[in-house]
Amino acid sequence: MTTQGSNITTRPYDWAAIIKDVIGSGIITFLILTPIVAFKTTLDQGSLTYSTRWPLVLTLALIVIAGRLIFHLFVWNRIETSKSAKAAPAKPGILSTIGKYIGPIMLVIALILPLISHFFPTSDKRVIDLAIYVLTYVMLGWGLNIVVGLAGLLDLGYVAFYAVGAYAYALLSTVYLPEWFGAGVVPWAFYLTLPLAGILAATWGVILGFPVLRLRGDYLAIVTLAFGEIIRLVLVNWFAFTNGPQGIIVPKATFFGLPFKDDPGGFAAFFGLEYNRIHFYIFLYYVILALALLTFVVTNRLRRLPIGRAWEALREDEIACRALGINTTNTKLTAFAIGAMFGGFAGSFFAARQGFVSPESFVYLESAIILAIVVLGGLGSQIGIVFAAIAIMGSFELFREMDFLKAILPQGTDPIQFRMLAVGLAMVLMMRFRPRGFVTKRDPTVFLKEKKAVSGDFVSQGHG
Amino acid sequence: MEYFLQQLINGVTLGSIYGLIAIGYTMVYGIIGMINFAHGDVFMVGSIVAFIVILAFGVTGGTGTFMLILALAIIVVIAMIIAAAYNWSIERLAYKPLRGSFRLAPLISAIGMSIVLQEFVRVAQEGRPKPIHPIIDGGFEIMHRASENGEFIVRISNMQIIIIISTLVLMAVFTALIQRTALGRAQRSCEQDMKMAALIGIDVDRTISITFIMGAALAAFAGILFLLYYGSTDFFVGFLAGIKAFTAAVLGGIGSIPGAMLGGLIIGLVEVMWSAYFTVEYKDVAAFTLLVIVLIFLPQGLLGKPAVEKV
Repeated sequence: MTTQGSNITTRPYDWAAIIKDVIGSGIITFLILTPIVAFKTTLDQGSLTYSTRWPLVLTLALIVIAGRLIFHLFVWNRIETSKSAKAAPAKPGILSTIGKYIGPIMLVIALILPLISHFFPTSDKRVIDLAIYVLTYVMLGWGLNIVVGLAGLLDLGYVAFYAVGAYAYALLSTVYLPEWFGAGVVPWAFYLTLPLAGILAATWGVILGFPVLRLRGDYLAIVTLAFGEIIRLVLVNWFAFTNGPQGIIVPKATFFGLPFKDDPGGFAAFFGLEYNRIHFYIFLYYVILALALLTFVVTNRLRRLPIGRAWEALREDEIACRALGINTTNTKLTAFAIGAMFGGFAGSFFAARQGFVSPESFVYLESAIILAIVVLGGLGSQIGIVFAAIAIMGSFELFREMDFLKAILPQGTDPIQFRMLAVGLAMVLMMRFRPRGFVTKRDPTVFLKEKKAVSGDFVSQGHG
Repeated sequence: MEYFLQQLINGVTLGSIYGLIAIGYTMVYGIIGMINFAHGDVFMVGSIVAFIVILAFGVTGGTGTFMLILALAIIVVIAMIIAAAYNWSIERLAYKPLRGSFRLAPLISAIGMSIVLQEFVRVAQEGRPKPIHPIIDGGFEIMHRASENGEFIVRISNMQIIIIISTLVLMAVFTALIQRTALGRAQRSCEQDMKMAALIGIDVDRTISITFIMGAALAAFAGILFLLYYGSTDFFVGFLAGIKAFTAAVLGGIGSIPGAMLGGLIIGLVEVMWSAYFTVEYKDVAAFTLLVIVLIFLPQGLLGKPAVEKV
């Protein structure tokens, strides 16, 4: 067996072309940076002024020129003669051995995380809070993964279902449940609303999905984006129903009716513990862990049912699906509804954790972040989504503390400002270099006798 | 009646701006069959560049007429060149390597690029809205009528006249470019069949690049008009304007340039009339709903050809 990348030869340098390209890219970079980076406009007490930042522009342009030159000299002139090496079947190497154990290991870490962090009391609340935050996005990522990764439908309005779930909890727990069943029901509101929120979100998924799912990929993306914005605008403007941009203050989640409060009726008093705010966080952590695992398990089971197989077939080739007699509209609709349902659960949890909902939390950028998690996770890989969520959400936290960046950057720039820029760049680079995720392997769901991993390069996706 | 006429003028003005942006969507979609999601942000870059140049030159309403025209011409040229550089680089870096990849790849890459552009401008120029003093003022009174509840004046401002006329001129120039020149023929042939066009000696990559450049130039022009008309811009204006212009492109029939203009006018009128006669708060909802309705019931648009899916 030949190993990959062995037959590499170099081409003689075509100096004229290299110089032309380097100068060209230098000019383009300079043009791109000149107005927007070179002139910094500031609004100072009503009068506009500007300052220049030419050194920065020149440095960046020189970096681009030098970078291209280096790539020309050392990277791009290599011709890989053995194309076949690239398309070799995925070998059961060390990666897949790790891959087999990484899931269970992560699960164990996730289960005992509150215990671990308990031994570091200085930072335990922050760690748990971050873990809750990350897990919420893992769950959202897994939910969106059903729509984007498995069924191949690009949904840019996923946050709408998150919003439906959150507002379902907010409105039911503050207005409707007390009205219907009396005020005594409020401590139980979270448990009563959670399934309702899922059902409502799924219903909305069907309502929104039904008319538009006949559209092809990119139209669908725009329509879902429009729906997401419509729902947000309605939340902002329908003052009588949603209290508009001011939002709604909602009761936080309770431990089966026992509130996390420092009084005789509270959770701590009932179990004879000393009151500590951390109890609430640990409780929330296990709730979201359970919800996320539910998403994971349900998705995995569904993938083995005919409907799951239909989703993946649909992603690979819609026309072939139709030819084989799969009802594509129904298949898409179920993916949409189930994805929406998990979004609704997550939204309901979000509201119960936050104790407050407002339309601010459900902007388009939020959809983009969830999509970025799914994309960076490798479109369809569930474990990849966990890593992507940790990477993106964790890096958001890290950006806050990167002091070395502050030293490089000009005065007054905060590294945290660059986080979405980095996410956007990561999406582009991912599509450019690793469109099928970091581990390009597709596990076949149907197999004869034994399971063989298929290299991602063999799977042609959705040319139709 | 006067009220309606006034709203008609406002709607046509707004629609012209949407139409100019929509042309970029429609041309790119026509050739490579993808939504250039970052196009709305190229429009935003155009308006921000115009803002910076106006500030750097110190152009104000008090400048003399000749100097004002000269300054505006320079602004238009600079903004178009810069926006073209942006769109060209986007195509080179984010879309070209993905031709032949799977269906969602270019779209996801475009979404990433749109985030990159917005965040780049936000980081470099702060997120706050950037206001300018009105540069072109004055206007004409078309109608004047005193009624029992005060007098009502229908006005068309000089800025509105400039927007409508320059849009018409640009439209005429572009239609001629597409219909009569070799470049336009190359574009139309790529639109019909890219492989066949390559076989008969058309440089497909170059044609696609030029399409992106042309789209960017029009978007930049729309950005300048937007800035001058509303007197303010920021890093996020491309998002809403982009979706509405895309709606216009779909409504007019994607791939058709006169359709894009017609769609732009309709969207502009719907938005303005909705704010005038119903609720201002829901004007965006109206535009988005129109997009959904059009895509469901009239996916080929008003002037477009019905799409045949080839297997």
